Amino acid sequence: MIMFWTSLLAISILLYVVLDGADLGIGILFGLTQGEERRRIMLNAVAPIWDGNETWLVVSGVILWGAFPSVYATLFSAFYLPLFFILTGLILRGVAFEFRDKTQRVRWIWDINFAGGSLVAGFMQGTTVGALVEGLQVTNGQYSGGDFGWFTPFAALCGIGLCLGYALLGACWLVKKCDGEVRDTAHRHIRILAISVLGFLVVVFAYALAEHLPILHRWIDRPYLFVFPAIGAIAAIVLALSILRHNDRWPFYAVALVRVGIWNAGTVLLALHHPVRHHHRRSCPGPVSRLCSGAV
Amino acid sequence: MDMTALLLSRIQFAFTITFHIIFPSFSIGLAAWLTVLEALRLATGRPVYRVIFDFWLKIFGLAFGLGVVSGIVMAFQFGTNWSVLSKMSGPIQGPLLMYETFTAFMLEATFFGVLIFGRSRVPPWFYLFSTAMVALGTTFSAFWIMVNNSWMQVPAGYIIENGAFVPNDWTKILFNSVVWSRFPHVLIASYLTGAFCVAATGAWYELRREYHAGSLIMLRMGLGLAAVLMPIQLVFGHLCGEYVNTYQPSKMAAIEGRWNDENPASEVLFAWPDVENRRNLFAITLPPPFGSLIDSDSLTAAETGLNSIPPENWPPVVIPFFSFRIMVGCGMLMLGLAWLGTYLSFKQRLERNRLLLWVTFLSFPLPFIAILTGWFTAEVGRQPWVVFGVLRTADAVTPFLTTRAATISLLIFCAIYVFIFAFGMFYIYRLIRTGPVRRLFETPCLAVPSRPLSLANADQSFPEPNHAGVGE
Repeated sequence: MIMFWTSLLAISILLYVVLDGADLGIGILFGLTQGEERRRIMLNAVAPIWDGNETWLVVSGVILWGAFPSVYATLFSAFYLPLFFILTGLILRGVAFEFRDKTQRVRWIWDINFAGGSLVAGFMQGTTVGALVEGLQVTNGQYSGGDFGWFTPFAALCGIGLCLGYALLGACWLVKKCDGEVRDTAHRHIRILAISVLGFLVVVFAYALAEHLPILHRWIDRPYLFVFPAIGAIAAIVLALSILRHNDRWPFYAVALVRVGIWNAGTVLLALHHPVRHHHRRSCPGPVSRLCSGAV
Repeated sequence: MDMTALLLSRIQFAFTITFHIIFPSFSIGLAAWLTVLEALRLATGRPVYRVIFDFWLKIFGLAFGLGVVSGIVMAFQFGTNWSVLSKMSGPIQGPLLMYETFTAFMLEATFFGVLIFGRSRVPPWFYLFSTAMVALGTTFSAFWIMVNNSWMQVPAGYIIENGAFVPNDWTKILFNSVVWSRFPHVLIASYLTGAFCVAATGAWYELRREYHAGSLIMLRMGLGLAAVLMPIQLVFGHLCGEYVNTYQPSKMAAIEGRWNDENPASEVLFAWPDVENRRNLFAITLPPPFGSLIDSDSLTAAETGLNSIPPENWPPVVIPFFSFRIMVGCGMLMLGLAWLGTYLSFKQRLERNRLLLWVTFLSFPLPFIAILTGWFTAEVGRQPWVVFGVLRTADAVTPFLTTRAATISLLIFCAIYVFIFAFGMFYIYRLIRTGPVRRLFETPCLAVPSRPLSLANADQSFPEPNHAGVGE
């Protein structure tokens, strides 16, 4: 039963990260884009699906609550402020979809909200995962890290990495869905973003090794987990090839697969090694998610 | 334990849920109304239904979007602010919310996309089906939330295992009289909300002498539906009172402003409850046995007073006392208005009676006020318990939540909600003011061959005034 709920949770988190990740990424790229026409095209590429995509966040939250109440209670209360920042970002960008075309004079307000909200939500999600990977300070089964205990350099690094990853995913979605200028710009973005994500992955990995975060044990304990980075690596190659060949359909699926490879391993391990089961001062729940946060 | 953090958490939950519930209750009613309109259009082929449908769909989109974003907050707040509650009640409340996401949100999200973007892409029957599925989704949503909340009001079908509430009988949780009197009460309240908003809009156009065919349909259908639903709503409201009387005597005593045990009981119509001295000031009271008759359907039943309940188990008496009276007052006004308006519309005199049109136009806040005060009665009346009789609100809050964190989140929420509420209301007002056949503003044509059909395109496909509705 635990395995069932864990898999369900992993699937819903994965779907959220892939689907809403593309939404959020388009929001981030939206901020870098000039011109009403292009912005409208970008918005319309996700407008029919954004609320469906965001549903997966609620699904993940309530599965966690129903199946692992103590995990839900501990994590959500420990990440009090980051979660509120995420929610704030999601609210502001969500209403922008509906409000933006109801006005012309103050459309800029909703443009700022859409881009800014997406950026804040993406950054805080990455930060949260980064903090989780580093480990929460737990005393007697209760979080004791304080209001801002989650905000560490490593967590911030993961936040930036996730924003880049989301933007990459968003660019791939635009290439798949759009035409003309928007697609050409997205093509250029994909190259830059793919390289920066790779760079971040290396930095995060190096940081993790330098800080001796006990990832490697977990990998060696469960050799089958190597299948996930293997998938990730193959997908990365597919991505590189499709960029070189100017294929528009594959990049999105390739980046999505990179996430499958890396994020899935992360969530499974997070669920198996929840902080409340560890009584060390700094417990370390999931090894691989560091990679995922860096990766996408 | 930080008392300020507890208070701030309670304020935050009350504030966010008050804000949230406005939109689902509106959109549940609107979704049902849209389904009826689309069915009528398919059955009769009259273009006026299409015009009204497209018009209300835009308003539905705004209300739905605000409901979605403010609803996500609710799913997280249990964990962030009420971690002890969520740890204990997770095995029951978690699955209930899971069913909600899988049945309600999936239907809504999937088919709402069809409503907005699929008009020219799917066959008419499928479009009607999608509208019905969105309506069904909103109804499911209301059902699961009411099951969830009813369990907190009257916990049933559970055992306590390792400090957690573990379900041992789901049928008791899902099918008990409390759920099945409260769920219809809330559902009908939502339909009434939709009905009065539609009727008020129709009345406004009628007053401005615009869109006569469409506005008359809105006016008659809205008031007619309300005229049928209001009496049913009173019956379910009475049934809700019966569960309160049976399971939550402290809430009932506060609602009734009843201090002493009475047998048979009198009924306080209006008063100012003086909690310190345990008495009512300026009371207007119906003599016994009216209280017993209203609370227990009996001429002789004994009713509990607050004095026989320990004060630490009292809710804050004044809030349920007044919010209940405001709700009932709004209900009575709506009943009178709906019946009078329907009577006049049968006599074909409604559209000439400008006074009643003005009253109908100004009545649109009534259902919202009734829903909010109804919730305040139910939720504040449940205090000091979060799960009635089992878990106190003060024991349910996240133990290490600091005043600073709670202050930051509350301030941010207040600022953001006021901001988006103000703009949301303004845009809804402007859509309604613009009306079904004019455009909000001329959008420059930006068509790119392969871009997805957009809301703007839907805008442009709007029928022009001369061929739509007006001449009918």
